[in-house]
Amino acid sequence: MRGRVIGLNGDRAVAYAVKQAKVDVISAYPITPQTIIVEALAEYVNNGELDAAFIPVESEHTALSAAVGASLAGARVFTATSSQGLALMWEILWIAAGLRTTIVMAMGNRALSPNINIHCSHDDAYAARETGWLQFFAENVQEAYDLTLMAFRISEDCRVLFPSIVNLDGFILTHSVERLNVLDDSDVDAFLPRKEPVNRIDPERPMTYGALDLFDWYMEHKRAQFEALESTRPVIKEIFEEYSELTGRRYTPVKAYNVEGADIVFVALGTAAGTLRHAARELAEQGKKLGVVSLTQYRPFPAEELRKILGEATVVGILDRSISFGSPAPQLFMDIATSMYYAKKRPLLFSVIYGLGGRDFTPQHVFELYKQAENILKTGEPPETSIWVGLREG
Amino acid sequence: MFAPKSWRDLPLGNVIPLPMTSLSYKTGNWRALRPELHKEKCIKCLMCWVHCPEPAIRRHEDDSVSIDYDFCKGCGICANVCPVHAIEMVMEG
Repeated sequence: MRGRVIGLNGDRAVAYAVKQAKVDVISAYPITPQTIIVEALAEYVNNGELDAAFIPVESEHTALSAAVGASLAGARVFTATSSQGLALMWEILWIAAGLRTTIVMAMGNRALSPNINIHCSHDDAYAARETGWLQFFAENVQEAYDLTLMAFRISEDCRVLFPSIVNLDGFILTHSVERLNVLDDSDVDAFLPRKEPVNRIDPERPMTYGALDLFDWYMEHKRAQFEALESTRPVIKEIFEEYSELTGRRYTPVKAYNVEGADIVFVALGTAAGTLRHAARELAEQGKKLGVVSLTQYRPFPAEELRKILGEATVVGILDRSISFGSPAPQLFMDIATSMYYAKKRPLLFSVIYGLGGRDFTPQHVFELYKQAENILKTGEPPETSIWVGLREG
Repeated sequence: MFAPKSWRDLPLGNVIPLPMTSLSYKTGNWRALRPELHKEKCIKCLMCWVHCPEPAIRRHEDDSVSIDYDFCKGCGICANVCPVHAIEMVMEG
């Protein structure tokens, strides 16, 4: 085994990875539940463990704006946010991606107001899905650490050059101490070599960034950006594989558990996948089979991998920790339904809304949902609207 | 020479690999109404030169003015502020 075993909460694990990545610039504003990350980084910088410029800003809008400038100047840059902070960053998210910066951002997933809530929903991650960032979801503290390191390597790869968000469920991961294996600094150094920055701001070689671009070329620019993001898929897979070989911890865009021969499969993002697998093991003791699928890579969306994995199932329940007001279904469901529409064999899909604002999601809820899935398997008729689990229905 | 033909030729980050490209982007072609200066009426007060937001009014040594049609968007402010009605807005084309 490489490295050593320590105990950290999710936020501290991310900060530890950022320290080992030897970032040049941290530009961030504290917001619960991400605050511990920037606090820990401020400590590292203050006590000399990390030689980085820590820019204390007055808002998240500025945090990301400064990060864009630093990244274009060729620095390795980190920021972190949650919920309302992400909302305030939103217009700069598009610019960070369109200008092909390589910022890595950790997002302690938290519900959007109103009412004020500091606990986990995936509203913020979903709110960033159109902006052109790469997005990854951690299921546990180990993954939060690993994905942070991998995000730097992926974003800075000259075949990628897009910023990354590493999502970790607020409080459930950010504030829970878990056992994790951290790499030695020398292994991280070898995994994250310094790259020659592309499009670096250079007074000797002036360029125009983010120029006015109307009906004449805007459309071509967006197509070029779309294709560039599409072309990152094999690179992400390659870097996942390299990291898996280095650490012995296997990373793939989509994680599938117990899906072979399973009629019923549930899909989720983040920590809920662990709850689903635990419930699947208990169901197995009763002779019932539940396949569990979770997405490590959320953007670009791994549609092809999902078609392969879910194409064999009969009933697929898709769990969303968010609502898309006025939409026909929540966000992950829409992505998967669209992906499966092009599959040779289409399973019956049903939507589940769970865990909003940190509402507990327990194995008992999974058993309830499994019963509903069995019913859909029998009748062949999935409900047309989302099932709300763990809600006071009255 | 930077002359892309399709989306496939565009540089990374949608940058323009040159500075000061706004000078070659002739915003004058957005114009619907064109200001025409009647020099014989002009009293060289420079009100148009002060107010032009572009600025597309050129001021010369003797305080006479001319209009830079490459960048004039035809907003008509110059014609509006001219105290002697020396600038007239006429339809382009």
